Amino acid sequence: MSNATFALEALTGIPQHLAALAPATTDNPKADFSDTPWWLSLVKALLIFVYLLLSTLLVIWFERRVIGRMQQRPGPNRTGPFGLLQTLADGMKLMLKEDITPAAADRVVYSLAPLIAATMAFVSFAIIPIGPDVWMFGHHTPLQLTDLPVAVLLVLAVAGIGVYGIVLAGWSSGSTYPLVGGLRSSAQVISYEIAMGLALVAVFLYSGSMSTSQIVAAQSSLWYILPAFFSFVVYVITMVGETNRLPFDLAEGEGELTGGFHTEYSSMRFAMFYLAEYINMFTVSALATTMFLGGWQAPPGIAAINSGMFNHGWWGILWFTIKLWIFMWFFVWLRGSLPRVRYDQFMRLGWKFLIPVTLAWVVAVAFIRGAQLGYLGDSTVGLVGREFPVATLVIVGVIAALALGATWVWEGKQADKVARESAPPPERIDPYAGGYPVPPMPGQELVEPSPAISGSPTPVALKEDTRG
Amino acid sequence: MTGLGEQILFWVLGPISVVAALGLLFAKKAVHAAICVALVMVNLGIFYLAEQAPFLGVIQIFVYTGAVMMLFLFVVMLIGVDSSDSLVETLRGQRWAALLLALGLAVLIFTAVGTVTFGPMQGLDDVNNGAGNVSTLASLIFGQYVWAFEITSALLITAAMGAMVLAHRERLGQRPGQRVWAERRVRSGRNVAGLPAPGVYARSNAVDTPALLPDGTPSELSVSRVLVAREQVTTPVPYITSAEDVEGEIEEGYER
Repeated sequence: MSNATFALEALTGIPQHLAALAPATTDNPKADFSDTPWWLSLVKALLIFVYLLLSTLLVIWFERRVIGRMQQRPGPNRTGPFGLLQTLADGMKLMLKEDITPAAADRVVYSLAPLIAATMAFVSFAIIPIGPDVWMFGHHTPLQLTDLPVAVLLVLAVAGIGVYGIVLAGWSSGSTYPLVGGLRSSAQVISYEIAMGLALVAVFLYSGSMSTSQIVAAQSSLWYILPAFFSFVVYVITMVGETNRLPFDLAEGEGELTGGFHTEYSSMRFAMFYLAEYINMFTVSALATTMFLGGWQAPPGIAAINSGMFNHGWWGILWFTIKLWIFMWFFVWLRGSLPRVRYDQFMRLGWKFLIPVTLAWVVAVAFIRGAQLGYLGDSTVGLVGREFPVATLVIVGVIAALALGATWVWEGKQADKVARESAPPPERIDPYAGGYPVPPMPGQELVEPSPAISGSPTPVALKEDTRG
Repeated sequence: MTGLGEQILFWVLGPISVVAALGLLFAKKAVHAAICVALVMVNLGIFYLAEQAPFLGVIQIFVYTGAVMMLFLFVVMLIGVDSSDSLVETLRGQRWAALLLALGLAVLIFTAVGTVTFGPMQGLDDVNNGAGNVSTLASLIFGQYVWAFEITSALLITAAMGAMVLAHRERLGQRPGQRVWAERRVRSGRNVAGLPAPGVYARSNAVDTPALLPDGTPSELSVSRVLVAREQVTTPVPYITSAEDVEGEIEEGYER
């Protein structure tokens, strides 16, 4: 062993000869686009566009109906069968409305903002694998527009540009509520994108790639919702914050900002923001499906039928759509049941809880993965007829002990807090103890304020006791 | 050789980048300049993507456009909705000096770049098709250059902490709360019930209209100091006269 190698080992803590144990596979996309001519990509882009538009039409009706049910009323049921065409009618009405530009608006940016928001919403879906390889017009091609070695990062980057639409809309409207809405939105998306990216890092560590097709392929035996369960919870919280939906819709809270960044918008330009919001919901749901729920793969029981016939060809679209709509239903459910959080509470949750906790989780996952891949020694121990690697057992034990300890400390503090809050008020109260008259709590006995008036022996001594 | 698609991409996005970069220099409003910079950064990211560096390209867009420029925009928006650059020269001859220096720099850069000779194009195909773009980059950053990487990150964190410490101002003494203010008012015996509220009239209800004292004169204490400093206080006279007119009409009606 040369001096340089030894120094490197000492400094990094990773034995150099063990580097060969890392999976020798590539992190490039699994999807094979070699049999996809350019016109077929255009057809696929068009199909994705139509899929998203139809889904949006449907989900707005779905949302109103489900929320109606949750609030003991029917919801829209007049236009078309079951009210299915209500969204179409609303869209037509919106297009025929007058398009108003405020006098104080910055005209170019005011028109640009909805365009940015709407176009960026569509871009991310290009890398979502909707199904496995299929035959399409005589070509064998994956049901995915394109894939990159960094596909998931692309979704985050495009979301970051989409926020420009909201921020610029708020600024260019030239009035106060939209400006505050735009500012809130930019702060919100930037802070929640950090936690979201960190949550996804655990999935990258497990799959060894950032390409969506590779991640789906890596989940063929185990969906990442199990090993990366904590990441899943954090991702679901951040995806609601990222799409400005209740209970995190602070950028457009009606009660506070009369609509927020889109207060001044009307007609087609407002419709674009509306469309962008729903397509963003579909994008984050599709990403959650791809990252944690095995993408287009059939659920475990069904996947085993007839040696996996439901896991091939066009069946993928069905499973993908079902999983996607589970998330959409979750969005609607949240909106129907939770009130809006306060802005400072929302920011505190993001910066002081989600980001540090997810950071700790990523470090834990890194150790678990390192142990699995054999970086921390490859001795095994036999237990109930199976071989378990020692390093993994030790790491999991340490993490479990730490988590248990943290929970124990936290619960002790919570119990103290509850005990402090539920302590009964003192039996006697001097209403003038603090210098101001204070009414007694139910069941409390009043101490007469002055011995000269009441003649009671020693209320002065009680003053200190009853304070606070 | 560069492919046809790459050439088209370059000749479409290149001019857009140049125009956007010039927009940064010549835009009057700070927000327009920020949008131009964001556009330049997105174009840079696309160029990186075209140069077979997908990780670098996407990170360029993600970090610089999505986070750094967004924070810039955030600050610019907070400073003022309509703040334009002032064109008054604070240092005499500053513009000419800047122009001269810029010219000198341009000559330096162009002569330096002009003498560069490029070797045969290698491309990144071998690297990208082997272990993959991201893995290769990662093994370089966390293998060969791990110390440079760690030291840079330590420096950046130190810089961020330093900026926070420098910008943070410690409060001297306790901030007076509602209770302290109330006690202070009671002790001094002035405005014990708080300052008077601004005027509410039959036809107006606004913070910029002073209330009337019992003798009919407007109370200066009832309007905010900020509005007084900005000279945005209106006079209550029209509301009083209109109210008096109505009273007069009512009395006339009684007399009839």
